Amino acid sequence: MNAIRGKTSFKTAHLLQACPYLTATRSLSTSVQLHAQVQTKSKKTLAKPGVKNIVLVEGVRTPFLLSGTTYADLMPHDLARAALQGLLHKTSLPKDAVDYIIYGTVIQEVKTSNVAREASLGAGFSDKIPSHTVTMACISSNVAMTTGVGLITAGQCDTIVAGGVEFMSDVPIRHSRKMRKTMLALNRAKTLGQRLSLIGSIRMAHLTPELPAVAEFSTAETMGHSADRLAAAFGVTRLEQDEFALRSHTLAKQAQDAGLLSDVISFKVPGRDTVAKDNGIRPSSMEQLAKLKPAFIKPHGTVTAANSSFLTDGASAVLIMSEEKALAMGYKPKAYLRDFVFVSQDPKDQLLLGPAYGTPKVLARAGLTMDDIDVFEFHEAFAGQIMANLKALDSDWFAQTYMGRKVKVGAPAMEKFNLWGGSLSLGHPFGATGCRLVTTVAHRLLKEGGQYGLVAACAAGGQGHAMVIEAYPQ
Amino acid sequence: SLTKIKMARYSFDLSFFLARTHVNYEVKEDVAVIRMNDPNSKVNTLSVRMQNEMIEVFNEVLANDAVHSAVLISSKPGCFIAGADINMIQACNTSEEVTKLSQEGQKMFERIEKSPKPIVAAINGSCLGGGLEFAIACQYRVATKSKKTVLGTPEVMLGLLPGAGGTQRLPKMVGIPGAFDMMLTGRNIKADKAKKMGLVHQLVDPLGPGLKSPEERTIEYLEEVAIQCARGIVHKKILLTKKKGMMQKVQDYVMGIAFVRQQIYKNVNGKVMKMSKGLYPAPLKIIESVKAGLEQGPDSGYLAEAQNFGKLAMTSESNALIGLYHGQVACKKNRFGVPERPVKNLAILGAGLMGAGIAQVTVDKGIHTVLKDTTVEGLSRGQQQVYKGLNDKIKKKAITSFERDSTLSSLTGQLDYSGFEKADMVIEAVFEDINIKHRVIKEVEAVIPPHCIFATNTSALPIKDIAAASMRPEKVIGMHYFSPVDKMQLLEIITTDKTSKDTTASAVAVGLKQGKVIIVVGDGPGFYTTRCLAPMLAEAVRVLQEGVNPKKLDALTTGFGFPVGAATLADEVGIDVAAHVAEDLGKAFGSRFGGGNVDVLKTMVERGFKGRKSGKGCYVYTPGLKSKDVNPDIDDLLEKFKLTPNPSVSSDSDVQYRLVSRFVNEAVMCLQEGILNGPVEGDIGAVFGLGFPPCLGGPFRFVDTFGADKLVEKMRRYEEVYGNHFTPCQLLLDHAKDSNKRFHK
Repeated sequence: MNAIRGKTSFKTAHLLQACPYLTATRSLSTSVQLHAQVQTKSKKTLAKPGVKNIVLVEGVRTPFLLSGTTYADLMPHDLARAALQGLLHKTSLPKDAVDYIIYGTVIQEVKTSNVAREASLGAGFSDKIPSHTVTMACISSNVAMTTGVGLITAGQCDTIVAGGVEFMSDVPIRHSRKMRKTMLALNRAKTLGQRLSLIGSIRMAHLTPELPAVAEFSTAETMGHSADRLAAAFGVTRLEQDEFALRSHTLAKQAQDAGLLSDVISFKVPGRDTVAKDNGIRPSSMEQLAKLKPAFIKPHGTVTAANSSFLTDGASAVLIMSEEKALAMGYKPKAYLRDFVFVSQDPKDQLLLGPAYGTPKVLARAGLTMDDIDVFEFHEAFAGQIMANLKALDSDWFAQTYMGRKVKVGAPAMEKFNLWGGSLSLGHPFGATGCRLVTTVAHRLLKEGGQYGLVAACAAGGQGHAMVIEAYPQ
Repeated sequence: SLTKIKMARYSFDLSFFLARTHVNYEVKEDVAVIRMNDPNSKVNTLSVRMQNEMIEVFNEVLANDAVHSAVLISSKPGCFIAGADINMIQACNTSEEVTKLSQEGQKMFERIEKSPKPIVAAINGSCLGGGLEFAIACQYRVATKSKKTVLGTPEVMLGLLPGAGGTQRLPKMVGIPGAFDMMLTGRNIKADKAKKMGLVHQLVDPLGPGLKSPEERTIEYLEEVAIQCARGIVHKKILLTKKKGMMQKVQDYVMGIAFVRQQIYKNVNGKVMKMSKGLYPAPLKIIESVKAGLEQGPDSGYLAEAQNFGKLAMTSESNALIGLYHGQVACKKNRFGVPERPVKNLAILGAGLMGAGIAQVTVDKGIHTVLKDTTVEGLSRGQQQVYKGLNDKIKKKAITSFERDSTLSSLTGQLDYSGFEKADMVIEAVFEDINIKHRVIKEVEAVIPPHCIFATNTSALPIKDIAAASMRPEKVIGMHYFSPVDKMQLLEIITTDKTSKDTTASAVAVGLKQGKVIIVVGDGPGFYTTRCLAPMLAEAVRVLQEGVNPKKLDALTTGFGFPVGAATLADEVGIDVAAHVAEDLGKAFGSRFGGGNVDVLKTMVERGFKGRKSGKGCYVYTPGLKSKDVNPDIDDLLEKFKLTPNPSVSSDSDVQYRLVSRFVNEAVMCLQEGILNGPVEGDIGAVFGLGFPPCLGGPFRFVDTFGADKLVEKMRRYEEVYGNHFTPCQLLLDHAKDSNKRFHK
């Protein structure tokens, strides 16, 4: 969550130079078949008797922008509104055909604490549609989606709009507790004398502002610091991290150029230009990346500004329906949302290991193995965090010691992994990333002809999420 | 000559088969990683073996041209080097021998300091005493931020000084005031603070789970970082001479002025004299050694350090303090074995100062703790005490607010007995009244499971009398805590002849978890500690009646080495408690426990002078004020009970020995009667529970050092004036007769 972008000076490097270097040093292959042939697979469906089939009809997102850029003057609900309008536009959904709207967000704008409601009203949805906001750090929109899945499964709703939004260009900075206390007392003061005495009690210390916590509340450790320790614990080198970061940017650039990021809608920003592309994708070179100093653990750390995700503004939205309803309304669904799990562990030493814990669990629920999965989309908080999770998944010792499993499930094959870039390159608006991951899996399954996809993500608080997605028969 | 050849071959074979066991090294490209690991101990110490192997390895590293730098690291998870081997010092018979040891250490570390190949000390766990001196002789220091990583020079607590260059290197490294603070207090310094002080250069975070256990991987990571540092130094990427900041320059300038330094020595000397009353030679020798180095140059400094080290090692004070150290280690072991079932749920009855204090030291040890009181007010006060105790730790940065909260989740406050069916142990800390204790034991036994232990926290009531109301006396035991529980290290456990061994083992295990130093004593009025204290307090009252005012009484006792004066101690314990104990023990032991008039205490209680807790006792206590004045009403009160002192036994020294001899005689009598298991526990109990002068090492060591015959001689003189209060016990007389008899070997 505590992502950073220190330097924005990576030159748009020569991809052709970067790629061979990558493939030579590690198997993080970038020689990707972007236009893979659509294969016909005949794996079993994951439908379960007595359980409603729930489908993803469509998913969209605003371009993800570095915070402080074109979106700088907006408010969070403006972004969410843009995503919702984009979804309406793309699906031609009648504005009263939704049963419920749920949004995920992390850093709350206090004026719009139920941002789901403000955004849906502003997006022109019927004011008869209830909406609520959820939060679970970087997996907030995953919770928004699974809440919707729950409502459909329980028979309460048929049509859900879920989404997420994060706006880091403006965050609530508060007066100090001392100052707030004085101001609240001032409110209650009855006489001029009381007021003057309260005003007189204000000292310099009162004026120190309180920034939103960049650290885990329970441990007071920043996420970047924890990521660096995690990388060290798994013996992930700086080189591996820089390679992975470069891979992410390189693949994102390829996907962007090839027009594969079809979930991105264009957005006319009031008072500014229309934005249609993510602006954080900057493939660089290993040499450039190697020049950066560690950002958190100095001087020997390995996590840098360039191998971490950066502070991002953005919003996403998905339309989820029961299969019957979708078909009845004449939609062609993109994918089934199948089994999912939420996991949590020690917020100090295992803060970012959610994918390592979630993946084996959700595979077991769905009765699948790692090999069955055709498309992996893992949330890239830090390159070091991704590499640590991959190593954890590939370790029998870790599986036995910390997960009570007999054997490891194995690491995902890199040629199936985050092929259209990830949070490191596309950006990571905390509350919005989950929907991007799910939509990307659906789109990749369609494009690559796979049948099963897996989403996994870590979140502050030592939590995590994983979901199995099945391609909708075309 | 044949034997010679054989010997030669034999020793050759030996060196072949007996590879190095304590120190080894591995060359990683251009860096030699020197690893220390004493195979016979949990900790590394600078034993003869360790030192010899280290010198061997160091020579090989220096001789190896492929090696450009070295990393010094321990393979033990919680320990770099815990210090020098104390036995090595104790084996010496003369100060010259010890001085020689010191000089050998100095020489070895000088070679390290002047090594042409930079050496990086990679510190994880305790780096104390000789270990710290080793580390600061290295060119660079990297330490983990693990809670176990502590640096310090605890020699002063053993009556010694850092004798391997510490007094010379530290002032240059951390400044004169910082060095004095470290060496004179002996306190442990955590990694963060050490970095700020300039004691270490770089910190490494401890790691969590990865592909190996966190401990193993953290050491590996520390090594990796240290290797990077070593290479960085060789390649001049890390400069050993740091650019000095403005503050540092100013400080250096100020410290460069001889007059300023003289003022510091004077000031520190004054403080030491005030605190130690001149009873502890080590701090003064530390100042002397630092001064010699700074004022007369390194040669004089190192010589002064070695000679002073030799002198100190031969002092009775050092002997006493080392004895206490060994005693403390012994009293941190459970000689009753592992209890059948561990205590996971502990219930405490009574949320007063003691009850809440016991909760405070239990709740953060992974034991679920129930605190029960009879009133909401009493319970709230107790809960607030536990909360405050934890909250104060946050202020000292020992824990986070989150750790406080999660710790407090193990504490349940309640007014009833719900959940007691799950209790593994109940400790009652209710009012000291046998009838109340009997009622409580019956109530509790009705609700607790059969395996549950009932411990009673009493300072004087015999446990067997309390156990008389129990249906299962084998499960009843005494656990006498000292107030304030979170500060006082001692726990006195009292067993009756019916207490089972497993019950004792369990009580000791709980006490050890609570971090206590434990003595296990037999049952009897006042057990051991209270019984020793009572005659001394009786004598103190008599001294007051004889016209010595409380301030003077305090000065006499602290002047003898007690950390707290007798009058202040009475106020701390509570005048009402003292009166209670004096009366009870007076009844039990008869006229021997007489001396001062118990009515003095009783009258004080009647007038509300119950000691610190009531704001008035011998002194008047004003909240927020540290200084205290003598209670003005006490003079009148004492006037009524005035006794005429006998000049032949009333000199300052006689008053001191009257107080101390009664204490010591009672302690010896406890050993004679089998209340005490041995003199070690007697010394530990007296020093850690009652503040018997640590420089004397406890009553038993005092008798050994002072001479039983001389003590008996004094007591006989007092006996003539005051009668049986001063009659020496048989065991003391035996020791007086035969000077070969000693309590400590």
